[in-house]
Amino acid sequence: MTSLVATETTAAPSASLSPDTLRDMYWSMLIARRVDERAWALHRQGKIAFHISGMGHEGTQVGAAFAINRGVDYVHPYYRDLALVLAIGVTPRDFMVSLFGKQGEYSSGGRQMPSHFGLKRLNIVSGSSPVATQVPQAAGLAFAIKYRWENKLSDPADATQPRLALTCLGEGSTSQGEWHEGMNWAGVHKLPFICLVQNNEYAISVPMDQQMAVHDVADRAPAYGVRGIMVDGNDILAVYDAMHDAAQRAYRGDGATLVEAKTYRVVPHSSDDDDRSYRSREEVESWKRKDPIHHFQEVLTERGILDQAQMDVYEARARQTIDEAQRFAESAPYPPESELFGKVYAEPES
Amino acid sequence: MPEITLIDGIREAMDEELARDPRVFITGEDVGVRGGVFRATQGLFEKYGAARIIDSPLAELSIVAIGIGAALADLRPVCEIQFADFIHPAFNQIVNEAAKMHYRSDGQWRVPLTIRAPYGGGVGGGLYHSQSVEAFFAHVPGLKVVIPSTPYDAKGLLKSAIRDQNPVLFFEAKKGYRSIKGEVPAGDYTVPIGPAAVRREGGDLTVYAYGIMAHYCMQAAELVSQQNGIECTVVDLRTLLPVDRETIVQTFKRTGKALIVHEDTLTMGYGAEVAAVIGEDAFEYMDAPIRRYGGADVPAVPFSHPLQEAFMPNPEKIADAIREVAAY
Repeated sequence: MTSLVATETTAAPSASLSPDTLRDMYWSMLIARRVDERAWALHRQGKIAFHISGMGHEGTQVGAAFAINRGVDYVHPYYRDLALVLAIGVTPRDFMVSLFGKQGEYSSGGRQMPSHFGLKRLNIVSGSSPVATQVPQAAGLAFAIKYRWENKLSDPADATQPRLALTCLGEGSTSQGEWHEGMNWAGVHKLPFICLVQNNEYAISVPMDQQMAVHDVADRAPAYGVRGIMVDGNDILAVYDAMHDAAQRAYRGDGATLVEAKTYRVVPHSSDDDDRSYRSREEVESWKRKDPIHHFQEVLTERGILDQAQMDVYEARARQTIDEAQRFAESAPYPPESELFGKVYAEPES
Repeated sequence: MPEITLIDGIREAMDEELARDPRVFITGEDVGVRGGVFRATQGLFEKYGAARIIDSPLAELSIVAIGIGAALADLRPVCEIQFADFIHPAFNQIVNEAAKMHYRSDGQWRVPLTIRAPYGGGVGGGLYHSQSVEAFFAHVPGLKVVIPSTPYDAKGLLKSAIRDQNPVLFFEAKKGYRSIKGEVPAGDYTVPIGPAAVRREGGDLTVYAYGIMAHYCMQAAELVSQQNGIECTVVDLRTLLPVDRETIVQTFKRTGKALIVHEDTLTMGYGAEVAAVIGEDAFEYMDAPIRRYGGADVPAVPFSHPLQEAFMPNPEKIADAIREVAAY
């Protein structure tokens, strides 16, 4: 695997991340992993109907989140982006209420299946289940940013406004025509757009070589006039550097970037999937040894930024946060039946 | 008041909305320097420039999806699909995305998007430049579907569509672009999305139609009035979704007989919904079986002239259907 962005050179943007920020990044990965694990446990206990997991993708997603203007830049995620949206500001309690489909669920009022993230307040756009539909829409969000710049409706230097649109998807979803059409607009109009492909080698059960004849998704980028970067998705700082580069390009008006993060889903596709039918245990175990959280733990420990006592504090805080979130979600009421009919149409602008 | 054509009304609406709101922009195939293949956007590129009148790549899905994304970012896109027949690649974006966004985000995200498309046959366009596609979309809660029949309505309804907070599909009868003329005031006014219009009143039966068929029905109503002394009420539905149940029911109750006409193929067409509304809400007023008259149930409108004309409803055929219903 080639990482085009070095992480250990002094020029790397990640070299200037403060110890506090690095610890925040570690915490973001950890809380996402523990929330994800709890969801699997709740499913095994028969308490929730469905879970779709991002386990193994935390390095990619948290690295990406920290490289953009979180809560301001547009993010159009996909269903594996739990760590990404938590790092932006969705809470474990929000997610837990989604799992149970309870009243006041943060993204959809309990209408959507869990992990169909969305929160307007943080400029996280609601997604659907058919894959890659978000890509041309994210190009549309990026188009709107550029439109406002060109028509003097916003200032490109104003960081209180969205200055890029980030969308994510798996490598399998790049087989969709919608991905192509979105990438094409991003290239033609040189949009402030980042497409983060989280390449985990499988689209449910179908391996990459049955999705495309090229070895790397990033190879497709030049055909759209878009810059392509490949990065080790299990190395959070490498992802941060690649994404930082892509974000700065977008902010400068230099156009779109495709970032391909090579990673692995260490669990089945969803709670309805059994991955033993399509991949060996040895393969899964070999990727578990490259776990992004463990890797980052080693980096931070080596640099003297994290020690066992601090990690214990994080673990205790994670458990407490998730326990509280679960209690809240379990005891929350279901939405009343009347909510079936709400929010079909938007009311006129006041 | 100046008399202008249907397409002039459409162009005026876009021109005035572009001038009124800097968030309004137009995208679609050939909408820029070419001014659209039907000239709906003629002159707008010169007036508003390339930053607001944007020639899209030749890919309809992306025209709609870019519009959705821009609408999510609070712009007011007006997307042109060159022919309604070409809207099908964008079906997923319209039905799964635009229509469901407000509902699926519990009202957080809205899609104030207008999609314009010329529809309908009778112009030698063959299978893929003649289709009527309204029934697909009128089935989808979350969308609004509008089909104007007069220049006045075209201008006023398109302004309402552009200002609406929801995705609106705006279908334009291409055969009537230049043949339909009417008085339209210069300057701003709107026609609300929703209410149907009663174009003619008569006591013998009620005819329901929209788009160019509303004109054909008016012509047919004059024919049967002169030739047979049959007096029709003609209702121009104008908005297909939401359904104006009240006008449908009230106008039916006054005559007790109904003919529903559309150019779209008959089976599962919009007429079925109108018939069902009457059946549910005005059963006791019914003096005759409800009759639907639509395009032939074939895959699309053929190219060869006699085959095309055999497909198309026209005033004479509609007049025959009126006479049948009236005679019951």
